[in-house]
Amino acid sequence: MQLLRREQPALPGRRLSARDLALVAVFAALVAALGLFPAISVGSAVPITLQSMGPMICGAVLGRRLGAASLLLFLALVALGLPLLAGGHGGLAVFAGPTVGYLVGWPVAAYVIGWLTERGPRPYRLSWGVVAHVIGGIVVLYVFGIAGLVWQAGVTVPHAVVINLPFVPGDLAKAVVAALVARGVFAGLPDRQPSISRVR
Amino acid sequence: MRFLYRPGSSPLHRCPAGAKLLLLVAAGVGLVLLRDPLPASAALLAAVLLYPVASFGPRVLWQQARPVLPVLVVVGVLHGLSASWPGAYVTVVGLLALVLLAALVTLTTRTTALVDVVVRVLRPLRIVGVDPERVGLLLALGVRSVPVVLDLAAEVREAQHARGLAASPRAFAVPLVVRSMRHADALGEALAARGVDD
Repeated sequence: MQLLRREQPALPGRRLSARDLALVAVFAALVAALGLFPAISVGSAVPITLQSMGPMICGAVLGRRLGAASLLLFLALVALGLPLLAGGHGGLAVFAGPTVGYLVGWPVAAYVIGWLTERGPRPYRLSWGVVAHVIGGIVVLYVFGIAGLVWQAGVTVPHAVVINLPFVPGDLAKAVVAALVARGVFAGLPDRQPSISRVR
Repeated sequence: MRFLYRPGSSPLHRCPAGAKLLLLVAAGVGLVLLRDPLPASAALLAAVLLYPVASFGPRVLWQQARPVLPVLVVVGVLHGLSASWPGAYVTVVGLLALVLLAALVTLTTRTTALVDVVVRVLRPLRIVGVDPERVGLLLALGVRSVPVVLDLAAEVREAQHARGLAASPRAFAVPLVVRSMRHADALGEALAARGVDD
């Protein structure tokens, strides 16, 4: 680690402070934990994990900048060969596949959700959170996912939209649950709610 | 923490990480530019033949292909119905080849070697304010944090069971996020104490 002597009085610029680095690293790991832990054991063949709530939780809790950074780091760890995606997948192969758009969309979704959450009412309001999660975690994310399917797999846009439809109910439920989670977190730690004035 | 890397001493294991990544990118670009059955088939054949070169059996090959197969079937059928069946063949075979080649790089390259490549590639970006060493530190912190947060998740789950709480996603995620924040605060202080902010 090269230590660059640089004036940095609470610089809100591009450089991440030690505190920021720690939050980004730990929340990238949290996204992994959400995917590796079967959160709901309903005895079905497909383990239902909460990993797709990762962008929502990171954006809502960390704000746009650190939220997006933590998802970027998560993707970097996956690319470097850690099996962190739900089901133990990972490596460069997932970025060569047709669903790459959803992965690329995660940091953007976290950014949008963080941006919206920072502008939300204080104390945290559930309805605002759900709307933020739907806009970032469904609308924005699906745009990236569909673009990926069209670009990488040559599917037409209407077909790509149809592929997404079965996932809408589950993702709506996750938007609500993620907002409940954010409310629960801010109920205990109200000063951690991200805001514009205190961009972390 | 288990990595996807599988140790070995094959030519592919000994090939430098940067070269493998460069070849992978070249294969990706090539398959996009040459959208034709012949190059796609050749790429898939090459990918399949490279697995024994890396001393991997058919089982490993199947493990890499299996997760993408359902998506590829859907994509292939939709592509065939909306465009053309030769086009569907090129798309599915080309994607499968890329997935297998990318998995091969992951299987034969240590994570640390890939991190070194990332840090090296980012070096020119120093001009626009990116600190490659800081990115390297962040990657290392991320790798270290995964088992820690998994432990936190296991603790939360145990606490829930002990109190006889039903497994609800919210009851799991809220304490996990709060504990993660506390851990991050402690980690941030430790990093600051080591002069990361100076």
